[in-house]
Amino acid sequence: MIKLNNISKSFGDNKVLDGISFSVEEGESIAIIGRSGTGKSVLIKHIIGLISPDSGSVKVDGHELMGMNERELLAIRRKFGMLFQGAALFDSLDVAENVAFPLRRSGVADETEIARRVDEVLSLVELPGTGAKMPSELSGGMQKRVGLARAIVHRPQIILYDEPTTGLDPVVSDSIDQLMMRVRDNYQVTSIVITHDMRCARRMGQRIIYLREGQVYLDAPADEVFNSEDELVGRFIRGEADFSVESV
Amino acid sequence: MSAAKGELFSFVEGMGRVALLAGEVFRSLFTTRLNWSELIRQLHFIGYKSQFVVLTTGASTGMVFCAQTFFQFHKVKMDTAALSVVGVAMTSELGPVLAGLMVAGRVGAAMTAEIGTMRVTEQIDALKCMATHPVDYLVVPRFLATVISMPLLTILAWLVGIGAAYLLAGKLLGIEEAFALKHMYFYTDAQDVLMGMIKAVVFGALISLVSCYHGLNCGKGAEGVGRATNEAVVHSCIAILVSNFFLTLFLRSILYPA
Repeated sequence: MIKLNNISKSFGDNKVLDGISFSVEEGESIAIIGRSGTGKSVLIKHIIGLISPDSGSVKVDGHELMGMNERELLAIRRKFGMLFQGAALFDSLDVAENVAFPLRRSGVADETEIARRVDEVLSLVELPGTGAKMPSELSGGMQKRVGLARAIVHRPQIILYDEPTTGLDPVVSDSIDQLMMRVRDNYQVTSIVITHDMRCARRMGQRIIYLREGQVYLDAPADEVFNSEDELVGRFIRGEADFSVESV
Repeated sequence: MSAAKGELFSFVEGMGRVALLAGEVFRSLFTTRLNWSELIRQLHFIGYKSQFVVLTTGASTGMVFCAQTFFQFHKVKMDTAALSVVGVAMTSELGPVLAGLMVAGRVGAAMTAEIGTMRVTEQIDALKCMATHPVDYLVVPRFLATVISMPLLTILAWLVGIGAAYLLAGKLLGIEEAFALKHMYFYTDAQDVLMGMIKAVVFGALISLVSCYHGLNCGKGAEGVGRATNEAVVHSCIAILVSNFFLTLFLRSILYPA
């Protein structure tokens, strides 16, 4: 279980997160939505300990991340898989080596077992036979799928997706959505998706958290959010600009 | 004046952080498994591929130094001492310092740019998310490869520098080769060689730590990587030159007891 309590974070004079609290139960799938610059990516990086909050607490399975040093955090991070916005594949490694990386680092030494699991996840993301390609030879959508394969190969308990469909065309976005749903349903993992793609949020989020100005504006089941009569939530879901409320 | 003061404070603060990174590297060396394939890749890049620049620098310096020394010594009829001066200077000072400056320019810049690009493209965050400490995976192999390569490159600089000076002295300047060699052996001590080796190891450690530090802490975007790369080369060179002075005094007091 993940529990965030009153998280605040500033960069210089810019207060990005301002008293964020919520929890995520085991096996739950939530989507965090909000406009660009509202701190969604900063928030997800707090959950995995890549950024420390100025105040507040982050607990993963009862372990408080605040105050842990980098090496203590490594043990906690073994529970996680993360798909980055730009995939963050290692340039110097080919696809198979990228996907095998978490297995090798977690001590799996049997090369046959590594090859079997790499082939299994590459097939799951519909990229069989691409193991020998370098990341630079892949399209953006293919890189995201390799990133997803790498995130799930060591069978983590929790998967974090940072804007998984940003910058992709609608068809590729749809395939990424389907893959994430397949992973969620096949592996029964806890999923947290950061997105401003409403179709992705609706498909992945059993619960939706709407962030606004560094705070949780709404935290509710997906149906409730998508049928909300709140003007701000409605406008965001419909993608309507409101020049009278805030500058664009 | 205040700008220079700011630069100095920033340099000293940076070196403090580099010292902390060194602590983390030593901890990692003794507690985590070494990434051998990365070490071999780095040895090839840092050691093997730096041979040309070190060779060129060594040969050029050896010949110029020999010629200039000869021109002055010739006035007092000490022609055959020219090679001795080259021998002592190359082994204890010029060899390690010039090899260090060349490696800082070629390898340090590449290290910072590679690690910095990994940082801005979130590959460092990806490493951490896969329960891998960036120091274990990125810094330790580069540190070891530089520390192993620098003494070997320094030996190359010595051999080529002294060899080129010997050829110049004998074939072009008309110095009696046998006497020049005898004087060089007489005046160049084992302590000079040891001092050069110790300096090469220290400079290798400084180059890798300073370069990796700037890569791991670089700013955002292409501008951030460019600035970090520039700072890495400048700070590595300053660190080599400043530490060389103190190392000379310190090692002299140890290796040549009064």
